Amino acid sequence: MLEKALSGSKRYWIWVTLLLGIIAVGFVAYMNQFNNGLGVTGMSRDVSWGLYIAQFTFLVGVAASAVMLVLPYYLHDFKKFGKMVILGEFLAIPAVIMCMLFIVVDLGQPMRIMNVILHPSPNSVMFYDMIVLCGYLLINLVVGWTTLGAERKGAPSPKWVKPIIYLSIPWAVSIHTVTAFLYAGLPGRHLWLSAIMAARFLASAFAAGPAILILLCFIVKKVSKFDPDPGVGAIQSLVKIVRYAMIANVFFYILELFTAFYSNIPEYSAPLRYIFFGMDGHYSLVPIMWTAVVLAFLGIAMLVFPSTRMNKATLIIGLLSIIIANWIDKGMILIVAGFVPNSFERVIEYAPTLNEILVTLAVYAIGMLLVTILYKVAISVREEKAN
Amino acid sequence: MSINRRQFLRRAGMVTALGLGSSLVITGYRKKDAAASGYAKAPKDMPAKRWAMVVDMSKFKSEADFEKVIEACHKLHNVPKFPNTKDEIKWIWKDDYHHTFAGGHNEYLDEHVMHSPFLVTCNHCDNPPCVRACPTQATFQRPDGIVAMDFHRCIGCRFCMAACPFGARSFNFKDPRPFIEEVSTEYPTRTPGVVEKCNFCYERLADGLMPACVEKSNGGLIFGDLDDPNSEVRKIVGSKLTIRRKPELGTQPSVYYLVGGGEHA
Repeated sequence: MLEKALSGSKRYWIWVTLLLGIIAVGFVAYMNQFNNGLGVTGMSRDVSWGLYIAQFTFLVGVAASAVMLVLPYYLHDFKKFGKMVILGEFLAIPAVIMCMLFIVVDLGQPMRIMNVILHPSPNSVMFYDMIVLCGYLLINLVVGWTTLGAERKGAPSPKWVKPIIYLSIPWAVSIHTVTAFLYAGLPGRHLWLSAIMAARFLASAFAAGPAILILLCFIVKKVSKFDPDPGVGAIQSLVKIVRYAMIANVFFYILELFTAFYSNIPEYSAPLRYIFFGMDGHYSLVPIMWTAVVLAFLGIAMLVFPSTRMNKATLIIGLLSIIIANWIDKGMILIVAGFVPNSFERVIEYAPTLNEILVTLAVYAIGMLLVTILYKVAISVREEKAN
Repeated sequence: MSINRRQFLRRAGMVTALGLGSSLVITGYRKKDAAASGYAKAPKDMPAKRWAMVVDMSKFKSEADFEKVIEACHKLHNVPKFPNTKDEIKWIWKDDYHHTFAGGHNEYLDEHVMHSPFLVTCNHCDNPPCVRACPTQATFQRPDGIVAMDFHRCIGCRFCMAACPFGARSFNFKDPRPFIEEVSTEYPTRTPGVVEKCNFCYERLADGLMPACVEKSNGGLIFGDLDDPNSEVRKIVGSKLTIRRKPELGTQPSVYYLVGGGEHA
């Protein structure tokens, strides 16, 4: 089926070339990092994880969010999602691959990555994260490819794939839970040391992930003859999922704020004070975080009122607000501010360098290229069937 | 020439069998005694069940007293001197009381006490969170309690740095070698991309020597086996008022700070 990605319109090839260009630039930037070390990034002794690990965290959520289509469709026989499920699975695959790439580009010694398998360490949460991410990639590849292949032949999906589909549901939850455990189990990092971390991760994932998927559906509808939501209300159902997940996410965040500030334990509130109000003359995250706050409430409002939710233009604004708010929270601030103030209660700030941003953009471009290829295959199969 | 599927499988199978078979033959002929002949104990090795350090700040009177100790360690272990704090590598350094014992401050504490310097280093915790976090066992705990690093196994993921509540770990963001003033042959230099920290001079302990910092401290640093009831560290920790950094986290640091100074037990 992959051959379907090799033929396309002029627009398709311009898009692919553009992505390849970004990848090439990022590759050069990565070579610079590979040769000169992670010193070319903004990371330091005090803020030892930055943009890369933050993107990894955000994208695990995007990958996990496919379950928001798989679960209603396969477990509750929610037929409206029938045309969209494959798009969810084909978004999860590039998302997991991007996660893996962000881990690799963050390593100081990437050539030794196999040590994680050669010297397995069941004490380390990273060991389990590797297992669940690899497993999730495999599950989605098998399920997505098999169901689409069967559909192409006009046959029902083979029976053996059903148990794998059911397995993918708890597995999706597991990838984000284990990712939250990477942070939530560390003593001395008060922003992360929270029992609700995994729940927050899942809530924000189920808001941002499906929001991205809805936007992708709009693009698919625009650039192809395939309509993922042929008037059955699939998108509006997904919008409701995004809305409730985002409300839960904001609620969970407020729970964190209450515990940290009402208990009045200085260490617990220190990173939050730094994020929202700045500390010791350092304010770099303050405007960004308040932007996220405004966008989160704006996005919820847009998705709550029927008039804005039903209108495509305002719906897109609402979805973008939610995606950006979640990205700021999880794809940047959560990771960086976990290190601020540092173990000595000193505020040492982090800002990504150009080199780091170029590598990050390239990994996103690889992800987008994979989305493009997989969606091209899926759409071509659907278009073929329609004719 | 074209071959069908059956022919292809048969030929591929034959080639695989040939390859596997010959590798077995070669392995069979290899000399068996090439394997390690076991690990002999260093003749002067100082055995201990729980190495620990007591820092007696009353013995550190001038800037030079600190510098001597830090220099001895950093020189011996080829710790580079980076001009910027971002790439900085530190094994042992000083910070003031206020920041070393962060959290829950007495606001009426004398300014002098607040800013009095303290030596800080890896605490070689009993329950080291860094060892728990490491995905490759590149950082591990020895039977004598020392938390050590294998620089050749470290993949540079920096999970240990996130896990350490004491900021004891440094990462080689850049190639450290050009920044080593005088290369010591006593200890290896590091490649870029690996984490490092204090190792309680296990290489010196194996030679029957005290850690380099202890040797240069004029009695300000007391090192010994906490498990031995007759050791000096045990006597101090058992009878004097000592404090540790962030004891509430349950990592059980084995670096103790003797407060109030005075004579040893």
